[in-house]
Amino acid sequence: MAELFRMTAAEIAAAVRGGGASAAEVTEAHLARIEQVDPQVRAFLHVAADRAREAARAVDQRRAAGEPLGPLAGVPLALKDVFTTKDMPTTCGSAILNGWLPPYDATITRRLREAGVVILGKTNMDEFAMGSSTENSAFGPSHNPWDLSRVPGGSSGGSSAAVAAYEAPLGVGTDTGGSIRQPGAVCGVVGVKPTYGGNSRYGVVAFASSLDTPGPLARTVLDAALLHEVMSGHDPCDATSIDAPVPPVVAAARHADVSGMTIGVVPEFTGEGFQPGVLARFTEAVELLESLGAKVTEVSCPHFTYALPAYYLIAPSEASSNLARFDGMRYGLRVGDDGTRSAEEVMALTRAQGFGAEVKRRIMLGTYALSSGYYDAYYGKAQQVRTLITRDFEAAFDRVDVLVSPTTPTTAFPLGERVDDPMAMYLADLCTIPSDLAGNAALSVPCGLSPDDGLPVGLQIMAPVLADDRMYRVGAAVEAALDTSRGHPLLNDAKGLA
Amino acid sequence: MPSAMGRGGGVGASTTLVGYDEAVSRYDPLIGLETHVELGTRTKLFCGCPATFGGEPNTHVCPVCLGLPGSLPVPSRTAIEYTIRIGLALNCSIAEWCRFARKNYFYPDMPKNFQISQYDEPLCTDGWLDVVLDESEAGADGGPRMFRVGIERVHLEEDTGKSQHLGGATGRIHGADYSLVDYNRAGIPLVEIVTKPVEGTGSLAPAVAHAYVRELRDLLRSLGVSDVRMEEGSLRSDVNTSLSPRGSGRWGTRTETKNVNSLRSVERAVHYEIERQAAVLDAGERVIQETRHFHEDSGITTAGRSKEEAQDYRYFPEPDLVPLAPPRDWVEQIRAALPELPSARRARLQEAWGITAAEMINIRNAGALDLVEQTIAAGASPADARKWWLNELARRANDTGAELASLPITPADVAAIAALVQSGALNDNLARQAIEGVLAGEGTPDEVVAARGLAVVSDDTALAAAVDEAIAAHPDVADKIRAGKVAAAGALVGAVMRATRGQADASRVRELILARLTDS
Repeated sequence: MAELFRMTAAEIAAAVRGGGASAAEVTEAHLARIEQVDPQVRAFLHVAADRAREAARAVDQRRAAGEPLGPLAGVPLALKDVFTTKDMPTTCGSAILNGWLPPYDATITRRLREAGVVILGKTNMDEFAMGSSTENSAFGPSHNPWDLSRVPGGSSGGSSAAVAAYEAPLGVGTDTGGSIRQPGAVCGVVGVKPTYGGNSRYGVVAFASSLDTPGPLARTVLDAALLHEVMSGHDPCDATSIDAPVPPVVAAARHADVSGMTIGVVPEFTGEGFQPGVLARFTEAVELLESLGAKVTEVSCPHFTYALPAYYLIAPSEASSNLARFDGMRYGLRVGDDGTRSAEEVMALTRAQGFGAEVKRRIMLGTYALSSGYYDAYYGKAQQVRTLITRDFEAAFDRVDVLVSPTTPTTAFPLGERVDDPMAMYLADLCTIPSDLAGNAALSVPCGLSPDDGLPVGLQIMAPVLADDRMYRVGAAVEAALDTSRGHPLLNDAKGLA
Repeated sequence: MPSAMGRGGGVGASTTLVGYDEAVSRYDPLIGLETHVELGTRTKLFCGCPATFGGEPNTHVCPVCLGLPGSLPVPSRTAIEYTIRIGLALNCSIAEWCRFARKNYFYPDMPKNFQISQYDEPLCTDGWLDVVLDESEAGADGGPRMFRVGIERVHLEEDTGKSQHLGGATGRIHGADYSLVDYNRAGIPLVEIVTKPVEGTGSLAPAVAHAYVRELRDLLRSLGVSDVRMEEGSLRSDVNTSLSPRGSGRWGTRTETKNVNSLRSVERAVHYEIERQAAVLDAGERVIQETRHFHEDSGITTAGRSKEEAQDYRYFPEPDLVPLAPPRDWVEQIRAALPELPSARRARLQEAWGITAAEMINIRNAGALDLVEQTIAAGASPADARKWWLNELARRANDTGAELASLPITPADVAAIAALVQSGALNDNLARQAIEGVLAGEGTPDEVVAARGLAVVSDDTALAAAVDEAIAAHPDVADKIRAGKVAAAGALVGAVMRATRGQADASRVRELILARLTDS
């Protein structure tokens, strides 16, 4: 058997079920790996070793008692620090929530526990999920396992780095503008944004409510699908949760066959501003799909070019309201409460000290966009653009089964390169934002290494609302062909870790 | 919000008012009311916490109503149903599609620093409520005067928590040593009912405001959607008032008097604002658009937050909730299940009891409608039921400051006493003593009658001596009767009744006196 921490989630679950390995052993192997590499990667904000060991023991006891085990029982997982956990702190990467211990579990946290998944700890993220590099974390950035001097993407960069560094076979993130797919792409792992409403937001500390979508990160398409099925499904505690069956994503991930499918290339996302090596790998991936029997056609989505500006009005608007509750009155940081100041002054001091620069920037943007007299021109107009983008998708999906594009315009960029240039940082999400605005499903799968810098490139596959299974089928085909052509999984070439 | 709360009295506290009659002779008042009603649902609007009043502070709370990070609202179907019920009873259109919106502002008793409310897409719009003014404001035909108040909108929102400012002298945030917040109330469903501007009331503006809130209260009670206790704050009214020069047809600048918590106060607040604003306008100044606070003790209003430095609430559609689209068949089911509304019930009973509209208004104003109806159901005649409740019992309730309905006497007791009078076993005087006994906890009417030995004396031999004594004591009266002035007999009847401590049958006494003194 391979080193336990190098096994996929599917392999671990099978071993635990079959008695080839205990959940306790698997957990110890991953805790040891974290101890070994996390001082360099810094994927975790909090490692819950004892709680993980307890969860693993419980799985082993259930197996010993002859109880049936779920498809991911005993598999370790890295949970983004935006999900509430009643036995671990939840900070959202922010000083304002430093030390907050929620009194309740998020629905997804609870579902993971009930499935016997072993939560190793909470992973780093851009503060309140605002960013594309984890550099906006109040607790310092995480590092890309391919090159420790580069970013792991964001905002779910802690989870993507943990998965890429073999600290956990599975990670959970949230995607608001690309925060799962972009870090997945630049870390060379699979990142999935399911259909909006397919995964519960209850207990996910909100950034932008109409966009936030929890989803899986994994090293294989099948592992992502297994996690997707465990996480998903209707939640009566979330009014925006869709009451419909979960699309058959695991079956689709096992059906790596694109023959007869029609695949649309979005020309708006292949032109200027894209790194040549990224475009080269993207073009190869499209040719590969054609060679596997798919029909490829170009489908223009003219309004996608307006997605980024629309997103930077809608997401900050919602954030400005969602983040209003962090005022030092009830939980988290409180500044200036010395008996001489009014509640309003304490609120202002707390927020001034507790929020980082990017969060403040977006609160100000959103407050402005919602202001009386500006609402129609900014928030209102952005919502109209959102409708046009949704219509672009609907028209495209009338013609093709899935759309494809590069996940990101560039590979992982060096730490520090974009921290003083918000616009450059925002461009990392250029291709991922349309699916967040429209609410449809999208997946990023590695499609090789960029010839110019040797870093991983992601292929984004976009599918219609509640047709998440389609992108798994295409993703599995790309993954299989890539592994075959290289003779081993892409991640074996990650050189960042000794 | 609190920063301006300590502002001083402004015009009104310091200026001479214009007399009311004078004010309304030269200015047309325009009023409007915004009424908040806490719904009587079992749970809060967006979570499963109990929506009951009171409780130890911060015991009826959960992550949702505390607005903890990550928590999400899920709307209560019952609260939506109650709101639709109110809308239908107020003759509103029910939206086929509407949304909740966030109203953003910072205040410690708001767990999320925004309130989930409705903004430009309310659930119910464009209705009306007919209100009946009191007898004293009789209409042209001499009957009670009706007024149709237009309803602009009815919407659903969540209530806030409650702040308590401790350590200071005023109970206000300024000067307090510290503040405590109780979130038990946070998230209780609140319905806001907004009238259209009520024009053409003239001098009746305060009475219309009073009658509107009273009719609305009765309507809400009959719908079973709220217990409507004004003193516990489950119904709170804000009253907008403005004046314009008589006949100008223009609308003046309005003030909003907040949280007026009794029917009487609603009337007084409008009355005061008319006098105050007339003084401001007479002085050539302009009325400031502002929130004002009503003081129960002095009956005046004082300036609060100015609306001219208006707060920007940055309303936008609540992204945590999906749009609300009540199916038409559901709305029709709710409509079909509406109970009889107070105005229809009053019309039906007025007809059945054979009384005038003014008499009905008196019954309603005394809070005696249910009691009278139940007393009649227990066998009393409508006239008797009204007589005992509105005269004897209303007086006693008034003396002790109690609600009529809270007196320790049941409609069945009153019906039993009325029956004793009807049968001749008691006269009115004895009946009053029986009521006194029941109220004093001496037992049922029968028990009180037995224990106190209340019985009409109609035995001639027992009365004869008393009649003789009365004639002997009042020879001048006796002479008048002998001379044919039969009407003078009343004085002798009264003397006999006093002598028998009211137990005599007065009509028999009269017969005996006349038999003695006249030939007939």
